[in-house]
Amino acid sequence: MIEVKHLSKRFSELQALDDINLTVHDQEIVCLIGPSGSGKSTLCRCIHGLETPEKGEIWLDGEQMNPADKVRYAAQRRRIGFVFQHFNLFHNKTVLQNCMLAQTAAGTASSKAEQISMEYLTRVGLAEKRDEYPSKLSGGQQQRVAIARALCMSPEVMLFDEPTSALDPEMIKEVLDVMKDVGRQGMTMVVVTHEMGFACKVANRIVFLDGGKIVEESASEEFFEHPKTDRARDFLSKVLYD
Amino acid sequence: MSEIFTTANILFMIRGAGYSLLLALCAILLGGILGVACSAAKLSHSRILNAIATIYVELFRGTPMLLQILFFFLGIPVLYQRLTGTRMNADPYIVGALALSFNSGAYQTELIRAGIQGVDRGQWEACETLGIGYGTMMKEVILPQAFKRIVPPLVSEFITLIKDSSLISNIGALELLYAAQVLGKKYYDYLDPLILAGIMYLFMTVITSWLSRKVERRLSASD
Repeated sequence: MIEVKHLSKRFSELQALDDINLTVHDQEIVCLIGPSGSGKSTLCRCIHGLETPEKGEIWLDGEQMNPADKVRYAAQRRRIGFVFQHFNLFHNKTVLQNCMLAQTAAGTASSKAEQISMEYLTRVGLAEKRDEYPSKLSGGQQQRVAIARALCMSPEVMLFDEPTSALDPEMIKEVLDVMKDVGRQGMTMVVVTHEMGFACKVANRIVFLDGGKIVEESASEEFFEHPKTDRARDFLSKVLYD
Repeated sequence: MSEIFTTANILFMIRGAGYSLLLALCAILLGGILGVACSAAKLSHSRILNAIATIYVELFRGTPMLLQILFFFLGIPVLYQRLTGTRMNADPYIVGALALSFNSGAYQTELIRAGIQGVDRGQWEACETLGIGYGTMMKEVILPQAFKRIVPPLVSEFITLIKDSSLISNIGALELLYAAQVLGKKYYDYLDPLILAGIMYLFMTVITSWLSRKVERRLSASD
């Protein structure tokens, strides 16, 4: 579904990503984990084109994503949904308007857009909040709306960039539950996360990054039970409490 | 209280205040159009547009407003005569309004640009990831949010304009301060007319502040 080939990205002095190669298969859930500054968020953002890499290619479903080919590139990006750490709901729009805007902008009739929006808002359990402004919702509710908003565009892949990092602890689970539900419906997902419990139980595969490189890549159970590299073992010993 | 405050004289002052307000309104509107155009130029990727807008802003922010008014009223007609050989009669109100507008346009350019760029980057990125085009993004998301941030400084710009319109008295246009000076000269008493002019300026600026607070409260409905 997604192929990342020889991707490199620099921020002035920092080599954020260094020759990354990664394949995400159809309906697979891949968690990117690693210490802060390891490049996992940058990788996630590069896949959607929010960051421009120095080198490397992104392929979607066997076709290269090339920003120079504007029309096709825009169509390709529309097939990928993105969920941000800080939700980024439109502050000046209600929950329902947040979900509808991109649809109506793309030419969907507003009655149809409303129907689709309500379907997804119901799925994330927030149908009754349709007319609220984002500022009236809790962080967890905002993130669930943001997930619904992305799903409204019927993407084939969903990218989650630390979706629970900005949340109060007691709101993390409601968001992870929604994500798990999305995964169960067969969505291909790439999730940057610090939630090891989620990574262990929901992901098919773990990609462990450090210093802009992929250090280890394995099936999730195997990664948590038998990490192969010293770096991963060291990381897990620091983040897992047992 | 002196004999100055006859109905006719007070009406004369009110007429002066009306001109002050009118000049400020012209300047905020024309300057607003200039501000929108130049902030768009500044945010564009065109180097030429960017350079033109930057030169304009620096020129009008970097020189005294009185100089600009005198230049428009006294300088440009000379330039016109040198180039065409014919005389030009400049109307002090029109020239004054134009000078104020160009000056205000420079400030408004920066104000609008800062308002747009001040909208959280995440809002732009959310539009980007949802495939919302530039036009819709600006109209539905960025500008409404920028507008909220622009209103308070725009109101203080308007208040500044109400006061700065008094500079137009230098080119002989009747406005509030000029009216006060006319009465002062006539009665050999500047104290009372100046106090009355001050009260009238305060009345206009305080009302403006009060209106803007109401508007701000309205706009913050979604915060």
